[in-house]
Amino acid sequence: MKTTKDRLKKTVENFYLVLIMIFLYAPIATLMVLSFSNSKSRTQWGGFTLRWYGEMFESSTIMAALQNTLIIAFTSALIATVIGTAAAIAINSMKPLPKTVIMGITNIPMLNADIVTGISLMLAFIAFGISLGFETILIAHITFNIPYVILSVMPKLKQTNKSVYEAAMDLGAPPIQAFFKVVFPDILPGVLSGFLLAFTMSLDDFIITHFTKGAGINTLSTLIYSEVRRGIKPSMYALSTIIFVTVLILLIVTNFAPHRKLPHLRHGALRNEGGQ
Amino acid sequence: MSKKLLSGPYLVWMAGFTVIPLILILYYGLTDKNGVFTLANIISIATAEHSKALWLSLGLSFVSTLVCLMLAYPLAMILRKRNIGKGSFVVFIFILPMWMNFLLRTLAWQTLLERNGVINGLLSALHLPPQSLINTPGAIVLGMVYNFLPFMVLPIYNVLCKIDDNTINAAKDLGANFWQTLFLIWFPLSVPGIISGITMVFVPALTTFVISNLLGGSKVLLIGNVIEQEFTKGSNWHLGAGLSLVLMVFILASMALIAKYDKNGEGTAF
Repeated sequence: MKTTKDRLKKTVENFYLVLIMIFLYAPIATLMVLSFSNSKSRTQWGGFTLRWYGEMFESSTIMAALQNTLIIAFTSALIATVIGTAAAIAINSMKPLPKTVIMGITNIPMLNADIVTGISLMLAFIAFGISLGFETILIAHITFNIPYVILSVMPKLKQTNKSVYEAAMDLGAPPIQAFFKVVFPDILPGVLSGFLLAFTMSLDDFIITHFTKGAGINTLSTLIYSEVRRGIKPSMYALSTIIFVTVLILLIVTNFAPHRKLPHLRHGALRNEGGQ
Repeated sequence: MSKKLLSGPYLVWMAGFTVIPLILILYYGLTDKNGVFTLANIISIATAEHSKALWLSLGLSFVSTLVCLMLAYPLAMILRKRNIGKGSFVVFIFILPMWMNFLLRTLAWQTLLERNGVINGLLSALHLPPQSLINTPGAIVLGMVYNFLPFMVLPIYNVLCKIDDNTINAAKDLGANFWQTLFLIWFPLSVPGIISGITMVFVPALTTFVISNLLGGSKVLLIGNVIEQEFTKGSNWHLGAGLSLVLMVFILASMALIAKYDKNGEGTAF
């Protein structure tokens, strides 16, 4: 009697899981299938083709946007990792009050709505007399990336044993050498996951880039936005498929690498709009 | 002492690109074109056009948040019951869409919903009349739910994982039925996650302009669209900044909500 009820319950649960799964993946799967269809119609399968992929790779606008996106993602993640890791080390050794204040400021870009962050940065660039373009996108991305690095590195720093660092110095290592030989290997997983997180966030951002980019420069996100408003071309589907597969690989590497432990985040991928 | 110097670049950066920009929004929002103090930009939220956009945004994001909560809670409960580890692949599958470029996710729904899109194609193959799906408030809600559902699932799931099985078993042993356990045990213990999920869905839904632009056409104007247009087309930055200040009231309110109900940061996404 009870087993039948349990089995029924389990079936209902499985059914629910499958339904949500379909809801989440059907749209993405549709894009992927359409990217291989040799027909501009969205309802008719026109036979398998790689034509749209060819068109995509030949398009100089798409390739320029791809190049911008990758350069910005890599550079901003790298700079954010350096500034963020240094800041995390300093914050970790601070007294409670300044620590709370600084961590509060660190949380602002993560909790604030992207549209407000984007607008505020745009106003600041104009007030500082920096003309909108590649550099402003880069600065904006570094700004929203640093908090992710700090929040990735902090937990690792808390786990490190201070006496090991002191022992290294007692044994005659200068502070910098003691840091890089003793502390850094311990926090490296946090630094790396911060870098990858920052890279993904930058890759994914649209709203902040939208407000801080100048005319004539595009990242993939802003290019997709302007193309979509003009009417979708199948090469966009090809692009989507490639981005999806890339993000998938990146995430599997970050999530299932031996030292996995993502930081304590709240707004994670709201740069996404977020997830927006 | 020298360690503290390491925070120098960061502090300068945050002052220049986080604190000053926010002060600038405040400045623009509270002045007119000649730099004279005015509340007109903020009061303009009361004009028919702006208040309609704000109410519509509030309404649509409320509905989306509610739908997300109703979909996510059972999902989080099932995931917890399956007792799969936190880093497991099944959980990963459900949060993966969160990391997908959200423009692409919205683009996908546009492809499905359009007049000559996939859904209408399927309908006509079944000899059913085509439906106008896109450019409706419903399409926007769908887009919001789709984009933000993982933000609701994760915090709730993380909080539910912390509930001790013995608590649930004790309630059952003492004769509580399923609904009593749900309302007296599960819900109260998962408040931090629920609140965190609500704000993580509500804030981006309230401030979005992309979803409404791509799925609502030009017919549906949300407050995010109004602000975006003031900055990109209308070029009345003072008005745009003023309306952003109004939006920030809601953002601050949700931060306060989190601070009150999720003091220990239990309901976080990771």
